[in-house]
Amino acid sequence: RTVEPLEYYRRFLKENCRPDGRELGEFRTTTVNIGKCLCSITTADGSALVKLGNTTVICGVKAELAAPAVDSANKGYIVPNVELPSLCAERFRSGPPGEEAQAASQFIADVIENSQMIVKEDLCIANGKLAWVLYCDIICLDYDGNLLDASVFALLAALKSVQLPLVTINEETGLSEVNLKQKNPLIIRKHPVATSFAIFDDTLLIVDPTAEEEDLATGTVTIVTDEEGRLCSVHKPGGSPLTGAKLQDCITRAITRHKEVKKLIDKVIKSITPK
Amino acid sequence: SMSPGDTSVLAGLYGPAEAKVSKELPDRAALEVLLRPKVGLPGVMERSREQLLRQTCEAVVLGMLHPRTAITLVLQVLSDAGSLLSCCLNATCMALLDAGLPLAALFCGVTCALQPDGTILLDPTARQEQEAQAILTFAIGSNDRKVLMATTKGSCSVEEMQQCLAAAQRAADTIFQFYRDSMCRRYSK
Repeated sequence: RTVEPLEYYRRFLKENCRPDGRELGEFRTTTVNIGKCLCSITTADGSALVKLGNTTVICGVKAELAAPAVDSANKGYIVPNVELPSLCAERFRSGPPGEEAQAASQFIADVIENSQMIVKEDLCIANGKLAWVLYCDIICLDYDGNLLDASVFALLAALKSVQLPLVTINEETGLSEVNLKQKNPLIIRKHPVATSFAIFDDTLLIVDPTAEEEDLATGTVTIVTDEEGRLCSVHKPGGSPLTGAKLQDCITRAITRHKEVKKLIDKVIKSITPK
Repeated sequence: SMSPGDTSVLAGLYGPAEAKVSKELPDRAALEVLLRPKVGLPGVMERSREQLLRQTCEAVVLGMLHPRTAITLVLQVLSDAGSLLSCCLNATCMALLDAGLPLAALFCGVTCALQPDGTILLDPTARQEQEAQAILTFAIGSNDRKVLMATTKGSCSVEEMQQCLAAAQRAADTIFQFYRDSMCRRYSK
Protein backbone atom coordinates (compact mmCIF):
# COMPACT_ATOMS: atom_id res chain seq x y z
CA ARG A 1 0.00 0.00 0.00
CA THR A 2 2.85 2.42 0.68
CA VAL A 3 5.14 1.26 -2.10
CA GLU A 4 2.69 1.01 -4.99
CA PRO A 5 -0.45 2.92 -3.91
CA LEU A 6 -1.89 3.16 -7.41
CA GLU A 7 -1.62 -0.55 -8.09
CA TYR A 8 -3.12 -1.29 -4.68
CA TYR A 9 -6.09 0.90 -5.54
CA ARG A 10 -6.47 -0.46 -9.03
CA ARG A 11 -6.90 -3.96 -7.68
CA PHE A 12 -9.84 -2.79 -5.57
CA LEU A 13 -11.36 -0.69 -8.32
CA LYS A 14 -11.36 -3.69 -10.64
CA GLU A 15 -13.72 -5.39 -8.19
CA ASN A 16 -15.86 -2.21 -8.12
CA CYS A 17 -15.18 -1.43 -4.47
CA ARG A 18 -12.73 0.56 -2.37
CA PRO A 19 -10.23 -0.31 0.38
CA ASP A 20 -12.48 1.04 3.11
CA GLY A 21 -15.25 -1.29 1.97
CA ARG A 22 -17.43 1.27 0.21
CA GLU A 23 -19.07 0.90 -3.17
CA LEU A 24 -17.92 3.32 -5.87
CA GLY A 25 -21.08 5.37 -5.49
CA GLU A 26 -21.33 5.25 -1.73
CA PHE A 27 -20.78 8.18 0.62
CA ARG A 28 -19.12 7.99 4.00
CA THR A 29 -21.26 8.32 7.12
CA THR A 30 -22.33 11.92 7.47
CA THR A 31 -23.09 13.44 10.87
CA VAL A 32 -24.05 17.02 11.57
CA ASN A 33 -24.38 19.00 14.80
CA ILE A 34 -26.17 22.30 14.61
CA GLY A 35 -26.65 25.18 16.99
CA LYS A 36 -25.45 26.34 20.37
CA CYS A 37 -26.46 23.29 22.36
CA LEU A 38 -24.75 20.60 20.36
CA CYS A 39 -22.09 22.59 18.64
CA SER A 40 -19.19 24.20 20.43
CA ILE A 41 -19.34 27.80 19.25
CA THR A 42 -21.49 29.71 21.76
CA THR A 43 -20.28 33.17 20.75
CA ALA A 44 -21.35 32.81 17.13
CA ASP A 45 -24.80 33.62 15.85
CA GLY A 46 -25.01 30.32 14.04
CA SER A 47 -22.77 27.29 13.90
CA ALA A 48 -22.59 23.76 12.62
CA LEU A 49 -20.15 20.89 12.76
CA VAL A 50 -20.14 18.38 9.93
CA LYS A 51 -18.28 15.07 9.85
CA LEU A 52 -18.04 13.30 6.50
CA GLY A 53 -16.21 10.14 7.53
CA ASN A 54 -13.03 11.57 9.01
CA THR A 55 -13.23 14.95 7.33
CA THR A 56 -14.41 17.39 10.00
CA VAL A 57 -15.47 20.91 9.12
CA ILE A 58 -16.89 23.51 11.48
CA CYS A 59 -18.69 26.63 10.30
CA GLY A 60 -19.39 29.68 12.45
CA VAL A 61 -21.56 32.57 11.28
CA LYS A 62 -21.29 35.98 12.91
CA ALA A 63 -23.65 38.77 12.00
CA GLU A 64 -22.55 42.39 12.21
CA LEU A 65 -24.02 45.68 11.10
CA ALA A 66 -22.56 47.86 8.40
CA ALA A 67 -23.55 50.48 5.88
CA PRO A 68 -24.34 49.01 2.48
CA ALA A 69 -22.22 49.85 -0.56
CA VAL A 70 -23.07 52.99 -2.48
CA ASP A 71 -23.94 51.23 -5.73
CA SER A 72 -26.14 48.55 -4.13
CA ALA A 73 -27.91 50.37 -1.33
CA ASN A 74 -30.39 47.62 -0.60
CA LYS A 75 -27.98 44.71 -0.35
CA GLY A 76 -26.20 43.25 2.64
CA TYR A 77 -22.98 41.24 2.51
CA ILE A 78 -22.06 37.60 2.96
CA VAL A 79 -18.36 36.98 3.41
CA PRO A 80 -17.32 33.33 3.38
CA ASN A 81 -13.81 32.37 4.40
CA VAL A 82 -12.40 28.86 4.27
CA GLU A 83 -9.40 28.11 6.42
CA LEU A 84 -7.20 25.08 6.28
CA PRO A 85 -5.07 25.37 9.41
CA SER A 86 -1.94 23.31 9.77
CA LEU A 87 -3.62 21.07 12.31
CA CYS A 88 -5.91 19.46 9.78
CA ALA A 89 -3.30 17.85 7.59
CA GLU A 90 0.48 17.85 7.50
CA ARG A 91 0.65 19.33 4.03
CA PHE A 92 -0.86 22.65 5.11
CA ARG A 93 1.64 25.05 6.64
CA SER A 94 0.76 27.93 8.93
CA GLY A 95 0.95 31.41 7.41
CA PRO A 96 -1.06 33.16 4.68
CA PRO A 97 -3.86 31.07 3.17
CA GLY A 98 -2.60 28.73 0.49
CA GLU A 99 -4.06 28.27 -2.96
CA GLU A 100 -6.40 25.48 -1.91
CA ALA A 101 -7.98 27.55 0.87
CA GLN A 102 -8.40 30.57 -1.38
CA ALA A 103 -9.88 28.52 -4.21
CA ALA A 104 -12.27 26.89 -1.73
CA SER A 105 -13.31 30.33 -0.39
CA GLN A 106 -14.02 31.51 -3.91
CA PHE A 107 -15.98 28.33 -4.62
CA ILE A 108 -18.17 28.83 -1.53
CA ALA A 109 -18.76 32.47 -2.46
CA ASP A 110 -19.78 31.37 -5.95
CA VAL A 111 -22.15 28.73 -4.60
CA ILE A 112 -23.87 31.28 -2.37
CA GLU A 113 -24.16 33.69 -5.26
CA ASN A 114 -25.23 31.16 -7.90
CA SER A 115 -27.78 29.33 -5.84
CA GLN A 116 -29.27 32.54 -4.42
CA MET A 117 -29.32 30.73 -1.10
CA ILE A 118 -29.47 34.03 0.76
CA VAL A 119 -30.75 36.95 -1.22
CA LYS A 120 -28.70 39.99 -0.29
CA GLU A 121 -31.77 42.20 -0.31
CA ASP A 122 -33.10 40.19 2.63
CA LEU A 123 -30.11 41.29 4.66
CA CYS A 124 -30.90 44.96 4.27
CA ILE A 125 -32.42 46.72 7.27
CA ALA A 126 -32.69 50.30 6.04
CA ASN A 127 -31.99 51.31 2.46
CA GLY A 128 -28.64 52.97 2.16
CA LYS A 129 -28.10 53.15 5.90
CA LEU A 130 -27.87 49.77 7.58
CA ALA A 131 -27.46 46.20 6.48
CA TRP A 132 -26.31 42.90 7.92
CA VAL A 133 -22.90 41.47 7.16
CA LEU A 134 -22.67 37.72 7.64
CA TYR A 135 -19.13 36.54 8.23
CA CYS A 136 -19.07 32.81 7.57
CA ASP A 137 -15.89 31.19 8.79
CA ILE A 138 -15.44 27.63 7.64
CA ILE A 139 -12.56 25.89 9.34
CA CYS A 140 -11.39 22.40 8.57
CA LEU A 141 -10.43 20.46 11.67
CA ASP A 142 -9.48 17.19 10.04
CA TYR A 143 -8.78 16.83 6.34
CA ASP A 144 -9.53 13.43 4.86
CA GLY A 145 -10.62 14.43 1.38
CA ASN A 146 -13.80 15.97 -0.01
CA LEU A 147 -13.41 19.37 1.57
CA LEU A 148 -15.88 21.16 -0.70
CA ASP A 149 -18.85 18.89 0.06
CA ALA A 150 -18.34 19.16 3.80
CA SER A 151 -17.86 22.95 3.64
CA VAL A 152 -21.04 23.55 1.66
CA PHE A 153 -22.98 21.29 4.01
CA ALA A 154 -21.55 23.00 7.11
CA LEU A 155 -22.37 26.42 5.67
CA LEU A 156 -25.95 25.42 4.92
CA ALA A 157 -26.45 23.92 8.38
CA ALA A 158 -24.90 26.92 10.13
CA LEU A 159 -26.99 29.43 8.19
CA LYS A 160 -30.10 27.49 9.06
CA SER A 161 -29.26 27.86 12.73
CA VAL A 162 -28.62 31.62 12.59
CA GLN A 163 -31.02 33.73 14.62
CA LEU A 164 -30.78 37.43 13.77
CA PRO A 165 -31.96 39.93 16.38
CA LEU A 166 -34.50 42.50 15.25
CA VAL A 167 -32.92 45.85 14.43
CA THR A 168 -34.91 49.04 14.16
CA ILE A 169 -33.75 52.54 13.36
CA ASN A 170 -34.90 55.13 15.84
CA GLU A 171 -36.52 57.91 13.77
CA GLU A 172 -35.43 60.74 16.06
CA THR A 173 -31.85 59.88 16.78
CA GLY A 174 -31.09 58.02 13.56
CA LEU A 175 -29.28 55.34 15.56
CA SER A 176 -29.97 51.65 15.35
CA GLU A 177 -31.54 49.76 18.19
CA VAL A 178 -30.84 46.07 18.50
CA ASN A 179 -33.54 44.02 20.17
CA LEU A 180 -31.77 40.91 21.42
CA LYS A 181 -34.92 39.40 22.87
CA GLN A 182 -36.68 39.09 19.55
CA LYS A 183 -34.85 36.88 17.12
CA ASN A 184 -35.80 35.75 13.65
CA PRO A 185 -34.21 32.98 11.65
CA LEU A 186 -32.54 33.77 8.34
CA ILE A 187 -34.59 33.40 5.18
CA ILE A 188 -32.86 30.66 3.24
CA ARG A 189 -34.39 30.30 -0.20
CA LYS A 190 -32.48 27.45 -1.69
CA HIS A 191 -30.56 24.54 -0.21
CA PRO A 192 -27.52 23.77 -2.33
CA VAL A 193 -25.70 20.49 -1.76
CA ALA A 194 -22.32 19.65 -3.23
CA THR A 195 -21.26 16.21 -4.47
CA SER A 196 -17.63 15.56 -5.33
CA PHE A 197 -16.24 12.84 -7.56
CA ALA A 198 -12.69 11.72 -8.23
CA ILE A 199 -11.66 10.55 -11.70
CA PHE A 200 -9.32 7.59 -11.94
CA ASP A 201 -7.40 6.61 -15.04
CA ASP A 202 -9.66 8.72 -17.26
CA THR A 203 -12.61 6.39 -16.89
CA LEU A 204 -13.67 5.50 -13.39
CA LEU A 205 -15.66 7.91 -11.26
CA ILE A 206 -15.80 7.45 -7.52
CA VAL A 207 -17.91 9.48 -5.14
CA ASP A 208 -16.70 11.19 -1.95
CA PRO A 209 -12.94 10.61 -2.24
CA THR A 210 -10.73 10.31 0.85
CA ALA A 211 -7.43 12.20 1.01
CA GLU A 212 -5.53 9.15 -0.28
CA GLU A 213 -7.90 8.72 -3.21
CA GLU A 214 -7.69 12.42 -4.05
CA ASP A 215 -3.90 12.22 -4.27
CA LEU A 216 -4.07 9.26 -6.63
CA ALA A 217 -6.91 10.59 -8.74
CA THR A 218 -6.26 12.17 -12.11
CA GLY A 219 -9.01 14.74 -11.69
CA THR A 220 -11.99 15.85 -9.60
CA VAL A 221 -15.51 17.08 -10.35
CA THR A 222 -17.83 18.85 -7.92
CA ILE A 223 -21.51 19.32 -8.75
CA VAL A 224 -23.77 21.55 -6.66
CA THR A 225 -27.51 21.04 -7.04
CA ASP A 226 -30.48 22.64 -5.36
CA GLU A 227 -33.82 21.13 -4.47
CA GLU A 228 -35.41 21.80 -7.86
CA GLY A 229 -32.74 19.74 -9.60
CA ARG A 230 -31.12 22.83 -11.04
CA LEU A 231 -27.36 22.99 -11.29
CA CYS A 232 -25.88 25.73 -9.16
CA SER A 233 -22.31 24.90 -10.01
CA VAL A 234 -20.29 22.48 -12.09
CA HIS A 235 -16.73 22.75 -10.89
CA LYS A 236 -14.21 20.69 -12.74
CA PRO A 237 -10.79 22.21 -12.26
CA GLY A 238 -8.79 20.53 -15.01
CA GLY A 239 -7.82 16.91 -14.71
CA SER A 240 -8.59 14.13 -17.15
CA PRO A 241 -11.18 14.83 -19.83
CA LEU A 242 -14.75 13.63 -19.39
CA THR A 243 -17.45 13.02 -21.95
CA GLY A 244 -20.84 14.71 -21.68
CA ALA A 245 -22.44 11.38 -20.80
CA LYS A 246 -20.11 10.82 -17.82
CA LEU A 247 -20.90 14.32 -16.61
CA GLN A 248 -24.58 13.48 -16.87
CA ASP A 249 -24.04 10.40 -14.66
CA CYS A 250 -22.38 12.60 -12.06
CA ILE A 251 -25.29 15.01 -12.13
CA THR A 252 -27.85 12.24 -11.61
CA ARG A 253 -25.88 10.93 -8.63
CA ALA A 254 -25.63 14.47 -7.25
CA ILE A 255 -29.39 14.89 -7.41
CA THR A 256 -29.92 11.66 -5.42
CA ARG A 257 -27.35 12.80 -2.88
CA HIS A 258 -29.18 16.10 -2.50
CA LYS A 259 -32.31 14.29 -1.35
CA GLU A 260 -30.36 12.31 1.26
CA VAL A 261 -28.66 15.40 2.64
CA LYS A 262 -31.87 17.41 2.72
CA LYS A 263 -33.55 14.66 4.75
CA LEU A 264 -30.65 14.65 7.20
CA ILE A 265 -30.69 18.41 7.68
CA ASP A 266 -34.46 18.51 8.17
CA LYS A 267 -34.23 15.75 10.77
CA VAL A 268 -31.52 17.59 12.71
CA ILE A 269 -33.30 20.94 12.57
CA LYS A 270 -36.52 19.35 13.83
CA SER A 271 -34.68 17.78 16.73
CA ILE A 272 -33.30 21.11 17.96
CA THR A 273 -36.29 23.42 17.31
CA PRO A 274 -38.29 22.80 20.51
CA LYS A 275 -35.37 24.10 22.62
CA SER B 1 -1.42 37.52 -26.68
CA MET B 2 -5.01 36.70 -27.41
CA SER B 3 -7.76 39.23 -28.15
CA PRO B 4 -11.22 37.99 -29.04
CA GLY B 5 -13.28 41.14 -29.37
CA ASP B 6 -12.11 43.60 -26.75
CA THR B 7 -10.92 41.12 -24.14
CA SER B 8 -7.16 40.88 -24.24
CA VAL B 9 -4.79 38.62 -22.32
CA LEU B 10 -1.03 38.39 -22.61
CA ALA B 11 0.52 35.02 -21.79
CA GLY B 12 4.18 34.34 -21.12
CA LEU B 13 5.54 30.85 -20.64
CA TYR B 14 8.90 30.09 -19.06
CA GLY B 15 10.25 26.59 -18.92
CA PRO B 16 11.05 23.84 -18.45
CA ALA B 17 13.56 25.54 -16.18
CA GLU B 18 15.41 24.75 -12.99
CA ALA B 19 12.98 24.36 -10.09
CA LYS B 20 13.54 25.40 -6.50
CA VAL B 21 14.25 22.40 -4.30
CA SER B 22 11.11 23.05 -2.25
CA LYS B 23 8.92 23.08 -5.33
CA GLU B 24 10.39 20.34 -7.50
CA LEU B 25 8.53 17.08 -8.04
CA PRO B 26 10.62 13.93 -8.50
CA ASP B 27 8.72 12.47 -11.45
CA ARG B 28 7.15 15.34 -13.33
CA ALA B 29 7.41 19.03 -14.13
CA ALA B 30 5.96 21.41 -11.55
CA LEU B 31 3.51 23.82 -13.15
CA GLU B 32 2.86 27.26 -11.78
CA VAL B 33 0.33 29.76 -13.06
CA LEU B 34 0.27 33.44 -12.11
CA LEU B 35 -2.68 35.54 -13.16
CA ARG B 36 -2.39 39.28 -12.79
CA PRO B 37 -5.57 41.34 -13.06
CA LYS B 38 -5.65 44.61 -14.93
CA VAL B 39 -6.06 46.69 -11.77
CA GLY B 40 -5.35 45.86 -8.17
CA LEU B 41 -3.50 43.04 -6.51
CA PRO B 42 -4.33 39.43 -7.24
CA GLY B 43 -7.11 38.28 -4.95
CA VAL B 44 -9.06 35.14 -4.19
CA MET B 45 -10.75 35.12 -7.60
CA GLU B 46 -7.37 35.11 -9.33
CA ARG B 47 -6.17 32.26 -7.12
CA SER B 48 -9.17 30.17 -8.00
CA ARG B 49 -8.69 30.90 -11.73
CA GLU B 50 -5.01 30.03 -11.41
CA GLN B 51 -5.96 26.69 -9.89
CA LEU B 52 -8.36 25.98 -12.77
CA LEU B 53 -5.75 26.85 -15.39
CA ARG B 54 -3.00 24.95 -13.63
CA GLN B 55 -4.94 21.73 -13.35
CA THR B 56 -6.12 22.00 -16.95
CA CYS B 57 -2.53 22.38 -18.11
CA GLU B 58 -1.35 19.54 -15.90
CA ALA B 59 -3.80 17.27 -17.68
CA VAL B 60 -2.39 18.02 -21.13
CA VAL B 61 1.30 18.78 -20.58
CA LEU B 62 3.45 15.64 -20.61
CA GLY B 63 5.26 16.53 -17.42
CA MET B 64 6.80 13.08 -17.13
CA LEU B 65 9.29 14.02 -19.85
CA HIS B 66 10.77 16.82 -17.78
CA PRO B 67 11.07 15.72 -14.15
CA ARG B 68 12.32 18.10 -11.48
CA THR B 69 11.78 21.16 -13.64
CA ALA B 70 9.42 24.09 -13.30
CA ILE B 71 7.14 25.50 -15.97
CA THR B 72 5.86 28.97 -15.14
CA LEU B 73 2.96 30.59 -16.92
CA VAL B 74 2.30 34.28 -16.36
CA LEU B 75 -0.93 35.83 -17.60
CA GLN B 76 -1.59 39.55 -17.64
CA VAL B 77 -5.10 40.81 -18.28
CA LEU B 78 -4.87 43.79 -20.62
CA SER B 79 -8.57 44.46 -20.98
CA ASP B 80 -11.71 42.66 -19.89
CA ALA B 81 -14.86 42.89 -21.99
CA GLY B 82 -16.44 39.53 -21.17
CA SER B 83 -15.41 35.87 -21.58
CA LEU B 84 -12.18 36.43 -19.67
CA LEU B 85 -11.60 32.89 -18.50
CA SER B 86 -11.93 31.34 -21.94
CA CYS B 87 -9.59 34.02 -23.30
CA CYS B 88 -7.03 33.01 -20.66
CA LEU B 89 -7.46 29.35 -21.61
CA ASN B 90 -6.90 30.05 -25.28
CA ALA B 91 -3.90 32.25 -24.55
CA THR B 92 -2.44 29.49 -22.36
CA CYS B 93 -2.81 26.87 -25.05
CA MET B 94 -1.24 29.06 -27.70
CA ALA B 95 1.64 29.85 -25.34
CA LEU B 96 2.16 26.13 -24.74
CA LEU B 97 2.18 25.55 -28.50
CA ASP B 98 4.55 28.43 -29.11
CA ALA B 99 6.97 27.20 -26.46
CA GLY B 100 7.01 23.78 -28.06
CA LEU B 101 6.22 21.89 -24.88
CA PRO B 102 5.17 18.27 -25.33
CA LEU B 103 1.38 18.11 -25.08
CA ALA B 104 -1.00 15.18 -25.01
CA ALA B 105 -3.79 17.26 -26.56
CA LEU B 106 -4.74 20.84 -27.25
CA PHE B 107 -7.55 22.60 -25.50
CA CYS B 108 -9.63 25.66 -26.09
CA GLY B 109 -11.85 27.74 -23.85
CA VAL B 110 -15.47 28.49 -24.74
CA THR B 111 -17.87 30.63 -22.72
CA CYS B 112 -21.65 30.18 -23.09
CA ALA B 113 -24.19 32.58 -21.68
CA LEU B 114 -27.67 31.32 -20.98
CA GLN B 115 -30.05 34.19 -21.50
CA PRO B 116 -33.26 34.63 -19.52
CA ASP B 117 -35.35 33.62 -22.54
CA GLY B 118 -33.46 30.33 -22.87
CA THR B 119 -31.27 31.05 -25.88
CA ILE B 120 -27.60 30.19 -25.78
CA LEU B 121 -25.07 32.85 -26.64
CA LEU B 122 -21.45 31.94 -27.26
CA ASP B 123 -18.58 34.23 -26.30
CA PRO B 124 -20.66 36.87 -24.53
CA THR B 125 -19.64 40.49 -23.98
CA ALA B 126 -19.53 41.92 -20.47
CA ARG B 127 -23.01 43.41 -20.91
CA GLN B 128 -24.48 40.08 -22.05
CA GLU B 129 -22.76 38.31 -19.16
CA GLN B 130 -24.45 40.57 -16.65
CA GLU B 131 -27.88 40.06 -18.11
CA ALA B 132 -27.46 36.31 -18.50
CA GLN B 133 -29.10 33.83 -16.21
CA ALA B 134 -26.02 31.61 -16.18
CA ILE B 135 -22.53 31.66 -17.65
CA LEU B 136 -20.76 28.37 -18.32
CA THR B 137 -17.11 28.15 -19.29
CA PHE B 138 -15.71 24.92 -20.69
CA ALA B 139 -12.23 23.86 -21.70
CA ILE B 140 -12.69 21.37 -24.56
CA GLY B 141 -9.88 19.00 -25.51
CA SER B 142 -8.88 18.49 -29.09
CA ASN B 143 -9.16 14.69 -29.05
CA ASP B 144 -12.81 13.58 -28.94
CA ARG B 145 -13.96 17.02 -27.77
CA LYS B 146 -14.06 15.89 -24.17
CA VAL B 147 -14.54 18.30 -21.29
CA LEU B 148 -11.29 19.16 -19.55
CA MET B 149 -12.52 21.95 -17.34
CA ALA B 150 -15.97 23.26 -16.46
CA THR B 151 -17.05 26.23 -14.36
CA THR B 152 -20.50 27.72 -13.99
CA LYS B 153 -21.78 31.01 -12.66
CA GLY B 154 -25.48 31.27 -11.92
CA SER B 155 -27.85 28.33 -11.93
CA CYS B 156 -29.28 26.41 -14.85
CA SER B 157 -31.15 23.18 -15.44
CA VAL B 158 -29.41 19.98 -16.45
CA GLU B 159 -30.81 20.05 -20.02
CA GLU B 160 -29.65 23.62 -20.52
CA MET B 161 -26.16 22.64 -19.36
CA GLN B 162 -26.03 19.75 -21.82
CA GLN B 163 -27.18 22.05 -24.63
CA CYS B 164 -24.47 24.57 -23.75
CA LEU B 165 -21.91 21.80 -23.67
CA ALA B 166 -22.95 20.59 -27.13
CA ALA B 167 -22.80 24.15 -28.48
CA ALA B 168 -19.36 24.62 -26.90
CA GLN B 169 -18.07 21.42 -28.47
CA ARG B 170 -19.23 22.61 -31.91
CA ALA B 171 -17.60 26.00 -31.37
CA ALA B 172 -14.36 24.29 -30.35
CA ASP B 173 -13.88 23.27 -33.98
CA THR B 174 -13.75 26.92 -35.06
CA ILE B 175 -11.20 27.74 -32.39
CA PHE B 176 -8.95 24.81 -33.24
CA GLN B 177 -9.05 25.92 -36.87
CA PHE B 178 -7.94 29.36 -35.71
CA TYR B 179 -5.02 27.77 -33.83
CA ARG B 180 -4.01 25.91 -36.99
CA ASP B 181 -4.17 29.06 -39.11
CA SER B 182 -2.13 31.08 -36.60
CA MET B 183 0.55 28.41 -36.39
CA CYS B 184 0.68 28.14 -40.20
CA ARG B 185 1.06 31.88 -40.51
CA ARG B 186 3.83 31.95 -37.93
CA TYR B 187 5.88 29.18 -39.43
CA SER B 188 5.31 29.90 -43.09
CA LYS B 189 7.54 32.97 -43.02
